[in-house]
Amino acid sequence: MDRARTLPVYISSYVFSCLVFLLLATIPLYVNPYLVILLTSVFMYIVLTLSWAIFSGPTRYISLASSAFFGVGVYSSAVLGEVLPIPAVIFLGGIVGSLLAFCIGILTLRLRGMYFIIFTFGVSELMRHFLLWWETNMKGTVGRFVVSMEPETVYYFMLVIFAVCLIVAHLLKESRFGLSLRSIGEHEEAALHIGINVTLLKTLTFALSAFFMSAAGAIMATRWTYIDPSIAFNPLFSFMPVLMAIFGGIGRLSGPIVGAAIFAMLEEILITRFPYYYMLIFGVILILVILFLPSGLVGLIKRKSRRSS
Amino acid sequence: MFATILDVVIGGLIMGGIYALIAVGLSLQYGVGRILNISHGEFIMLGAFATWSLYTFLGISPLLSLVICGPVLFFIGFLIHGTLFRYLRKKSKSAGAFADSSLLASFGLLFIIQNLALITWKADIRGYSYLDHSVSIFGALFAANRIVALIFAVGISIAFYLFLTRARLGKAIRAAAEDPVTAQIMGVNIHRVLAVCFGLGALMAGFAGPLISMIYEIQPSMGLEYTIIAIVVVVLGGLGSITGSLIGGFILGLIGNIVTYFDAGLSLIAYYVIFILLILVKPTGILGK
Repeated sequence: MDRARTLPVYISSYVFSCLVFLLLATIPLYVNPYLVILLTSVFMYIVLTLSWAIFSGPTRYISLASSAFFGVGVYSSAVLGEVLPIPAVIFLGGIVGSLLAFCIGILTLRLRGMYFIIFTFGVSELMRHFLLWWETNMKGTVGRFVVSMEPETVYYFMLVIFAVCLIVAHLLKESRFGLSLRSIGEHEEAALHIGINVTLLKTLTFALSAFFMSAAGAIMATRWTYIDPSIAFNPLFSFMPVLMAIFGGIGRLSGPIVGAAIFAMLEEILITRFPYYYMLIFGVILILVILFLPSGLVGLIKRKSRRSS
Repeated sequence: MFATILDVVIGGLIMGGIYALIAVGLSLQYGVGRILNISHGEFIMLGAFATWSLYTFLGISPLLSLVICGPVLFFIGFLIHGTLFRYLRKKSKSAGAFADSSLLASFGLLFIIQNLALITWKADIRGYSYLDHSVSIFGALFAANRIVALIFAVGISIAFYLFLTRARLGKAIRAAAEDPVTAQIMGVNIHRVLAVCFGLGALMAGFAGPLISMIYEIQPSMGLEYTIIAIVVVVLGGLGSITGSLIGGFILGLIGNIVTYFDAGLSLIAYYVIFILLILVKPTGILGK
């Protein structure tokens, strides 16, 4: 489908993206502080979902380890935040997350389908419980304080991470690398037989996607100022990206972005308006999406527009 | 020394009996229906809270609740499969796609059930005392309710095993697990069998819930921990193997109780470590094919 697109359309979509990012960059100048904070969480979910889709989209391996990488970033920020400048903290947090993902990747090479899903879930839950045990028994206190930052600063860092993540995801998708990844998703054995280094490719992509999740965690921690293992490694950070990506549609990059943006707004509205029924409504939406929107919102819009034209 | 060992071993068997019960239910739902039911623990929680309410407000014995909760939850499970999962199965292009989407749908069920329980029973930790006088076994002291729970857990597990291996419906279920297409040709109504399997999983949760509420404190968010334990046991015993789940339950209960004896905070961590090592070293489990 992408190949059929003509050059002018291609350039105009680049121009459009640049304009949107320019607009987003000027937003803190003229909107109220609440909106800046809200947009920061929206970008956080977009980064998590987009980076989840970098790996799980083409390979079709459903990973529930997002909260592990996010939490690692949060704790990097808590540990390094006082001794290093924030850009270095974000970068190092990302590297630590990537290393963790690389190790998980190497360990899970033989796992497929259900085993991979529950393994990644198990790893993130193990980290949460171990850290909880460690902090209570070895440190005596459960939580930690993080050096806090201005909401605008957090906003700009998150926006930059979002932009870099989008560029990387786009370049990856268009490259030979991305094509090989998709062939793993289509038929892993066939991919192996035509000479693709499946193992290396999967592990590297997994590490790459973890980098952005950890980076997002590292900057998000400075907004929360107080963190504990249950906040940092909240299992919802693993489920939300999957749900948001499926809701938006996994096939193209706009899917995860649209899905995450809509869902993050929806979450905000539900939590403030219906705090007692938030999970209930969330669960119902989740089931409805799986039942009636298997190809996602973007897939639905595309189908509709094709039919009308 | 002997009393301590006996204490840990029998304590482990009691925990193991309940773990086995929970895991058998999950194992059946996954082994036959291909649904990794993350909301399994929520059914346990429903059973536990129903028992607590019946005992606290109406004075109905937890052992009687066992007979009420089981069938009610069976019916709920049967209905959920007959509508939600049946539709998902029809729409899914492949078995793998169904496994993924049913897993996500069960997360949705988890959120819904847990939220409903929070609204109904509030977030407080609940408990009641029933049969809590102590019984001496070879010098080690146990609360009577634990011994009763163990006896019931073992009894129900054996009855369930006999049902699957001897009864006509049980044979149909195992046939559907082996080869759904051939089973259908042989006259097995596959949709009904799958719904019954999901219901039976909920039934096991409905039996486990009341037993758990007799021994431990309960709260609406307790479900996920039991689901995770059930998944660990099912992987330990071998995915889809009922006998494996029964044995795995007792093994994990014993290990858990030994770890708890040294440091109670480490038992859940131990389960995860066992789980991760197991998947890496022997993903087929002790009795898997």
